[in-house]
Amino acid sequence: MPQEMIHPGTTELTYRDAVREAIRDAMRRDDRVFLMGEDVGRYGGCYAVSKGLLAEFGPERIRDTPLSESGFTGAGIGAAMAGMRPIVELMTVNFSLLALDQIFNSAVTVRHMSGNQFGVPLVIRMATGAGRQLAAQHSHSLEGWYAHIPGIKVLAPATVEDARGMLWMALQDPDPALIFENVMLYNMTGKLAADAGPVNIDKAAVRRPGRDISLITYGGSLWKTLEAATVLAGENIDAEVIDLRSLRPLDDATIMTSVARTRRAIIVDEGWRSGSLSAEIGMRMVEQVFWELDAPIGRVCSAEVPIPYARHLENAAIPQVPNIVAAAKAVFGRA
Amino acid sequence: MNDIDIRQVVQEELNNIAPEVDLASVDPAADLREALDIDSMDFLNFVTAIHHRLGVEIPELDYPKLVTLDGAVAYIAAKLGTSKT
Amino acid sequence: MPSLGADMEAGTLVEWLVKPGDRVKPGDIVAVVETQKGAIEIEIFEAGKIEQLLVGVDTKVPVGTPLARIQTEPEGPPGAVAAAPPPAAPAVPLATPPLVRAPVTPPSPPPVSPAAAARARVSPAARRLAEACGIDLSTVSGSGPAGAIVYADVERRLGEAVAPPERKRAPGLDLDAMRSAIAAAMARSKREIPHYYLAHDVDVTACVQWLTRTNAARPPDDRLLIGALAIKALALAARRFPAFNGFYRDGKFEPASAVHVGVAIAIRGGGLAAPALHQADRTSVDELMARMRDLVQRTRAGRIRSSEFSDPTITVTSLGERGVETLYGIIYPPQVAIVGIGKMVTRPWVIDGAIGPRSVVTITLSADHRVSDGHAGALFLAEIGRLLQEPDKL
Repeated sequence: MPQEMIHPGTTELTYRDAVREAIRDAMRRDDRVFLMGEDVGRYGGCYAVSKGLLAEFGPERIRDTPLSESGFTGAGIGAAMAGMRPIVELMTVNFSLLALDQIFNSAVTVRHMSGNQFGVPLVIRMATGAGRQLAAQHSHSLEGWYAHIPGIKVLAPATVEDARGMLWMALQDPDPALIFENVMLYNMTGKLAADAGPVNIDKAAVRRPGRDISLITYGGSLWKTLEAATVLAGENIDAEVIDLRSLRPLDDATIMTSVARTRRAIIVDEGWRSGSLSAEIGMRMVEQVFWELDAPIGRVCSAEVPIPYARHLENAAIPQVPNIVAAAKAVFGRA
Repeated sequence: MNDIDIRQVVQEELNNIAPEVDLASVDPAADLREALDIDSMDFLNFVTAIHHRLGVEIPELDYPKLVTLDGAVAYIAAKLGTSKT
Repeated sequence: MPSLGADMEAGTLVEWLVKPGDRVKPGDIVAVVETQKGAIEIEIFEAGKIEQLLVGVDTKVPVGTPLARIQTEPEGPPGAVAAAPPPAAPAVPLATPPLVRAPVTPPSPPPVSPAAAARARVSPAARRLAEACGIDLSTVSGSGPAGAIVYADVERRLGEAVAPPERKRAPGLDLDAMRSAIAAAMARSKREIPHYYLAHDVDVTACVQWLTRTNAARPPDDRLLIGALAIKALALAARRFPAFNGFYRDGKFEPASAVHVGVAIAIRGGGLAAPALHQADRTSVDELMARMRDLVQRTRAGRIRSSEFSDPTITVTSLGERGVETLYGIIYPPQVAIVGIGKMVTRPWVIDGAIGPRSVVTITLSADHRVSDGHAGALFLAEIGRLLQEPDKL
């Protein structure tokens, strides 16, 4: 389980290190596993995730690819169909759109189109989110789009435990799994048990229990939401914070149990509001716990603009602690 | 207590029930239930009030004698007259 | 400003009965508010000290507007709250059926607030809790955003004691506003409820004789009217025939667990209110009579308490001894039946093959055909008639 567990051999490491440990562990456990993507080898990954892996595992298993997302994602699909367990790294979710045809028309549909003769046990990792001043072609949060597609898993590790533990489980899935790593988390440090290993990938986690309102979020927004919950506690609002962890499938049971108890909910999602994952979650609440609700469901999403380059505009465009606090207070009719 | 005093009390109590009616303009021989638009509950309240203020026993059988202003005054005067000794 | 009826949008504060610094406890009457239904004494649901009055006298404010701020005190042990019996009679408004008296003055159109919002806001959770506990939401004041009723408000209402002490005389009624409330309720009834109508002539000679005997020995304060017997008989019959006692809401009938008989009371100058006699089926005739007298007197004086807006589950209407022999009421939604009692007349009547003079009353039923059928209605009326043959057993 992803809850913080203190073992004697606890180590402190960054989210980046945790992802690297996950890859290394998978490569050691299963020689069918290999990593490929732009700059993952000699350069060590554009976020330095795969630094050192080329030396450790060699160019056969740590493969630099041309700048052709469609091409190497397709190669990964073929390898997976042929029995390998590839990890494809796409530099950002914006670039994944170049591979969208491969992901959607090939990876997702092959099992269906082949009458279950072939599956695609492929894992695609990619960076997502704003905050690094990378402007409007590198900074979006499109994981909600992928969560729309039946036939894949969409994972959003927000903690070092999940960064460390989700990859192996994703590789065990007989169908494609996408892992979204928020760019603002790579430098975050956290404690990890020395014997930390795979974690479940189908349950949401209550990161902070509370009585008065459920704040539902995932990925990079988790930490802002937890901070907002602390601020709210100072105003006598006891917020529960739920980390979705898996965006597809959604763990309805955990969400609804929480909301049925607190009777109020805010969804914090760095995606845009319109037609979004937050809209899906809100609608499920209406379907499943309407009679338990004590106030309208609220949302904190990104402004409906391309993510701007300028730091102050970029910060203003995405969910921040004060927006989350204000949205939660508004549910109680407080300013 | 003379007839004028009694009429005063009767009018006050009727006014409590029908405050908007000008009793001076009501025919003293008219049926109060019609003239004042009062029902059995109002009438019972009127009888109760007279009983409390003047100590007059008014059995139900005598209600018909009180349905006009003049009748009520006369009835009460007679009752008071007999109870004075 | 509490909502004293689902259709209430605003109320005028006409009198404060407390001032800053006063201590209050749940059930105390703190203010008088004038609404379409008349002047209502406002009870308080919290214990504490009045900190500040926020709304001045003669100010009209929308439902949900805070009227005063109270410095609350620590609550008692939870047991104390739990021990309070759930309010037997959820409350609701009045204004009912057949109209009797023409207004003395031609009514001017009621003031229409442009801000006139839709229905009161109630959260789904609050709504469901209220339904489960039989709380009428019109008796719950909202503390949520824009005065919305939220879960905690219903919980608080659940913990309240029922009858508050009466304290002070309130000013009169706004008859024009009452007229428009009646208009809305009756128009809705005729629009939505498929009424059917039945009439039944009942020989009430036994009641008349019993009343004559009983009243002869009693001072005027304790005398009974035949209306008290009729209400008791009606209440007992309603308990036996639940299809006439309850509410039709959201496309289905919800039988009521208790019998609260709404008594249509004509207001001098026009207008009508139907506050409830609670648990009428379990109340003695003497007690019913006393409560009816009190209710009529206070209703006509425009002194209705907010807790008396208790939801009638069935209504009775009568035009009195100078009225007509037969009257058919219009059901007050969401109730499903109204019983009309005509004036008593002496008629030739056949008893044991011989004709004799008897006191006869025509009792009618207007009932909701979505809930019951004429056959059941006939049995219901017959039961009332049967019960009235043995007044001493009522």
